Amino acid sequence: VFPAGFGSLMQDVLWCFSQVKGTIDSGVTEADIISTVEFNHTGELLATGDKGGRVVIFQREQESKNQPHRRGEYNVYSTFQSHEPEFDYLKSLEIEEKINKIRWLPQQNAAYFLLSTNDKTVKLWKVSERDKRPEGYNLKDEEGRLRDPSMITVLRVPVLRPMDLMVEATPRRVFANAHTYHINSISVNSDYETYMSADDLRINLWNFEITNQSFSILCIMQMLCPRSFLWCQDRVARHWPEIRELQPQLTLGLVLSSCTVFEEPEDPSNRSFFSEIISSISDVKFSHSGRYIMTRDYLTVKVWDLNMENRPIETYQVHDYLRSKLCSLYENDCIFDKFECVWNGSDSVIMTGSYNNFFRMFDRSTKRDVTLEASRESSKPRAVLKPRRVCLGGKRRKDEISVDSLDFSKKILHTAWHPSENIIAVAATNNLYIFQDKVN
Amino acid sequence: MFVRGLKRKCFDGEEDIEGTLAGIKAIPSYNLQRQSLLDMSLVKLQLCHMLVEPNLCRSVLIANTVRQIQEEMTQDGTWQMINTQSTGQASLDRLVSTDILCRSSRDQAEGKHVPAYGTFNKDFESDQAQDSSETMSTAPSVQAPRNLQSNVWEMENPQENKGNFQKSLDQIFETLENKSPNSVEDLFSEVDNSYYDLDTMLTGMMSNTKMGHCDSLETFSSPSNTASNSNCKSDLNDLDHIVEILVES
Repeated sequence: VFPAGFGSLMQDVLWCFSQVKGTIDSGVTEADIISTVEFNHTGELLATGDKGGRVVIFQREQESKNQPHRRGEYNVYSTFQSHEPEFDYLKSLEIEEKINKIRWLPQQNAAYFLLSTNDKTVKLWKVSERDKRPEGYNLKDEEGRLRDPSMITVLRVPVLRPMDLMVEATPRRVFANAHTYHINSISVNSDYETYMSADDLRINLWNFEITNQSFSILCIMQMLCPRSFLWCQDRVARHWPEIRELQPQLTLGLVLSSCTVFEEPEDPSNRSFFSEIISSISDVKFSHSGRYIMTRDYLTVKVWDLNMENRPIETYQVHDYLRSKLCSLYENDCIFDKFECVWNGSDSVIMTGSYNNFFRMFDRSTKRDVTLEASRESSKPRAVLKPRRVCLGGKRRKDEISVDSLDFSKKILHTAWHPSENIIAVAATNNLYIFQDKVN
Repeated sequence: MFVRGLKRKCFDGEEDIEGTLAGIKAIPSYNLQRQSLLDMSLVKLQLCHMLVEPNLCRSVLIANTVRQIQEEMTQDGTWQMINTQSTGQASLDRLVSTDILCRSSRDQAEGKHVPAYGTFNKDFESDQAQDSSETMSTAPSVQAPRNLQSNVWEMENPQENKGNFQKSLDQIFETLENKSPNSVEDLFSEVDNSYYDLDTMLTGMMSNTKMGHCDSLETFSSPSNTASNSNCKSDLNDLDHIVEILVES
């Protein structure tokens, strides 16, 4: 269900600040840096993972008729420590607790389930509410101390009494020891019985019920051209009805006999020492319709039609002004930043992040685009976000910012779009910004 | 975030002051920039074996960049210049380090055999029926100079090392160019199995944790931990199986 005027015309959508989560202190604790953001399937819940291994889940409050302008704010629902730092004694290396990805499972009962992963281990978490407590045990008293059985003369049936709502998260499964390299993505199959985890060279298929075995469905011997990515058809698809997402850096599959490689021919005029690096794909997302794939490389976002693998149908320049800065960005490692990209609910608008806390939206039908900023300055309730502009050189106009003034330490790598409404979550270092479209 | 002084040395467009004198000083300036990029890349590769396991993708991309620079320098003759000028160990150090990625200091102390990985992208990509021009435009990944390994720790004779290194490079290039797609299997069989243990190469030690095999889709495999020796054997079995699938299709 999409609200009227949803998404199709950029000028109709005015984005407003809604909320910001996280401290405003100038000194950022590394552990608080948000490393992943994900709405659940209804948009009721919004989960973030951070470098400290914690998961914070926000829940949208019910919209109240009394306060129609407060369109369902997100408040903290549950916080838990998902992963702890580990040490691999065999390799003398630390294993970071940073949460790389969170994926929600569709809700099947009152509890919520999500997968969270760090570099090495995937965990299935159950998040459930408890608002009742049994009272009136026979063998225990109210404090839990055992009662003397000889003192019990009457039997009673314990009753459930209301208590303050408690949300508890419990780890239900731990899937470990299946990846040599860093897990960079997980994806739940539509059968909801299996899921995939992927590192740079391997994709493993798991059954939720089995934690001591995984099935390696793809194993690359070495990294080839990072420009291509792979969508596995036929053999894998025959066994598992739908595969939603694949590991982004996938280059060539050697195991499957039938697969499709999507690759755009390189433009020889643009070739430099950095060509390979900037064409390396950092994120890939199926559209909601399943007809398209969107890929993000360092400078562009591309939309591919699944039926056409020789070139994308659309290419959007995210921050082409960086093309002349590639050497510096290589030196400070920014060229290796992995930006993500997202579709809106109707697949008509795509969004991705950039530097200086800028993020960009592209309307696929009108071809209009906008640059917005997640900043404390524009964080007044329901303040409309002003479009930003980067000036390429020459005269800088009043509201523009020059390329050299961009803050490359402020990067928007992770964003999420509500599945059906114009609500977006943007992770800016340790802050989570929530923007909504303007309610008239 | 930009280091001020370095911006000028880089390939960056309009800001490059030396670049504006392109007509006059183009060639030495470009060489200087390229050398600086090479140095930068090598430093990055060495820094990558820090506390946390290095990111594979990043390491490979940096290594490929080094390789591209090296190839270009070979083609325009500057590479030969460096070799014949007997600049000694300094340049060889740089060359050597391009093939030894992210080794742990313990391995270095023990003088362990750290294999590099090979690349057969040309063969595989021709299997995939892609444009040959496309294949050529992609820089091949880091090669596996086998002979280099035994010489790495014998730095007493840098001249010999340089010669061996060059020989190894030549061998690899030759091998790749001459082999047809169907002899991929032969290609595999010639190379020491341990070189194919990517785990070893990139994490700097013989891996004791072996993941599931690349079996057919019908069977589940167990991600059991096996000894490193059987790793190599099972790798070879996996390779055979994979090659089988490729060749059949």
